[in-house]
Amino acid sequence: MSEDIYREMILDHYRNPRNKGKIEEPDVRIHDSNPLCGDEISIDLKVENDTIKDIKFDGRGCAISQASASMLTEMVSNKPLTTIKDITKNDILENIGLTTLGPARIKCALLSLKVLKIGMVKYYADKDPHSAEKLKEESKVF
Amino acid sequence: MQALLDVYKIRQDFPILNRCLTNGKKLVYLDNAATTQKPKQVIDAICKYYSEYNSNIHRAVYQIADEATEEYEKTRENLRKFINAKYSEEIIFTRNATESLNLIAHSWGRNNIKKGDKIILTEYEHHSNIVPWQMLCNHQGAKINYIDTDYNGYLNIESFLNFLKDKGEYGETKLVSLSHMSNVLGTIYPVKDIIKIAHEKDIPVVLDGAQSVPHLDTDVQDIDCDFLAFSAHKMLGPTGVGILYVKKEILECMPPFITGGDMIKEVHKEYTVFNDLPYRFEGGTPNIADVIGFNTAIEYLKDIGMGNVRKHEKELVKYLYNSIKDIKDIKIYGPPDINNRGGLVSFNLDGIHPHDCATILNDFGVAIRSGHHCAQVLMEKLDIIASSRASVYIYNTKEEIDIFVDALNHVRRIFKV
Repeated sequence: MSEDIYREMILDHYRNPRNKGKIEEPDVRIHDSNPLCGDEISIDLKVENDTIKDIKFDGRGCAISQASASMLTEMVSNKPLTTIKDITKNDILENIGLTTLGPARIKCALLSLKVLKIGMVKYYADKDPHSAEKLKEESKVF
Repeated sequence: MQALLDVYKIRQDFPILNRCLTNGKKLVYLDNAATTQKPKQVIDAICKYYSEYNSNIHRAVYQIADEATEEYEKTRENLRKFINAKYSEEIIFTRNATESLNLIAHSWGRNNIKKGDKIILTEYEHHSNIVPWQMLCNHQGAKINYIDTDYNGYLNIESFLNFLKDKGEYGETKLVSLSHMSNVLGTIYPVKDIIKIAHEKDIPVVLDGAQSVPHLDTDVQDIDCDFLAFSAHKMLGPTGVGILYVKKEILECMPPFITGGDMIKEVHKEYTVFNDLPYRFEGGTPNIADVIGFNTAIEYLKDIGMGNVRKHEKELVKYLYNSIKDIKDIKIYGPPDINNRGGLVSFNLDGIHPHDCATILNDFGVAIRSGHHCAQVLMEKLDIIASSRASVYIYNTKEEIDIFVDALNHVRRIFKV
């Protein structure tokens, strides 16, 4: 039932998103959208010593996509950049507490992870194309 | 007041309407602009073809192939009458309305749109009536002009007339293509007037009838469109069947689109003689079962009468519109005048994304559409990313609208707005 979906935590992150905005001169800026419902997410990263020093997201869309992005930024802030590759679909769904989403809405929940994974690959692509390719494979960018 | 059509009797013909969803709720299907449900008569007709006379058409000489060919061609003739075309060879079967429009762009378009020409569309078009023309224009070096749409969904005729006059750096307008009814705004457009104006300048007009033919009495000779595209599945028929009507004198000059089997008379090493109309445009084995099933759908609609279909929908959409128009912070798109509105209402609740709205409605068994409705040019114009849309058909009732409205109020409670 959607009462379970639209719990306080989701609505709170939707209305008061954490880490929302843009970083001036980010090391990576990645944007993607979900063509089905028009959700849009862009993520800016500031990286120091392979650690995410700052992360901001910007976007518009449904409560699930925006809350999920907000929670994801909290999840990876100050973590090594490569931890992103190990984050799975289930990690996200458990983190936002929605493990029973249908095939349509699951795309909303996972859009920000997709953007973040592409961002990580892009960051390394300029430095070391070979390892970026390996990362891309390992991180299962869907 | 006398009932326009016996909706409760009609509902008995639709097995899906008895379906309970996993949460025990009855299905309230309000996504008819996307696709309609199918009566058991249509399902039975498809089943009968596969069980009794499944065979390929137009070629074999045995009995069941004759039967299949006869039934397939019966649909064409019935469709001719349904839209009042002059000749049955003006009716071509495709996969969907999108393919019908692509056929025009490829076959007619590449032979008639030249470098520097212009095509006029509107801002409310479905992507299927934009992208084929964009591809064509990119290929030929032509340009598209979009007629302005205002916030109530009405067309700015002045801008249309100006585009017709304007020769500018680009040459003359060579084609106008527009939908009879918007799939987002619900507006029914005065296409007959628009066609008349275009014809005064000898400009042919493509009509996208995907949203209009299932709901309004359609007479192609009266409207005088040169092309008409629509889909079977939006009018009780199966998926996988599109229709393209083209005036015979235009069709005769068009080269084939999909080439290969069945669309030829003779094939030699160096050249091919194409088949007669309309077979020239139906390359390969067509969707025989579903074209045959579609005939039953047309019969079903004819029995009800398209005038009654429209009256029923008008009454429902008036009830729907009036039931939600006073909800706090609701924004309804399209014309307030129900006379200019087909059987749908698109809206947004302030602060609630349409996908969240539709997800909560699903708990009540209510199926509505949310998203950009394949009309992103219009979304940009309205400055929104998406909207919710409820659309009705012959089997919907006022009780179902009530369930929808209750559910909508529940959405607002959950989001505390």
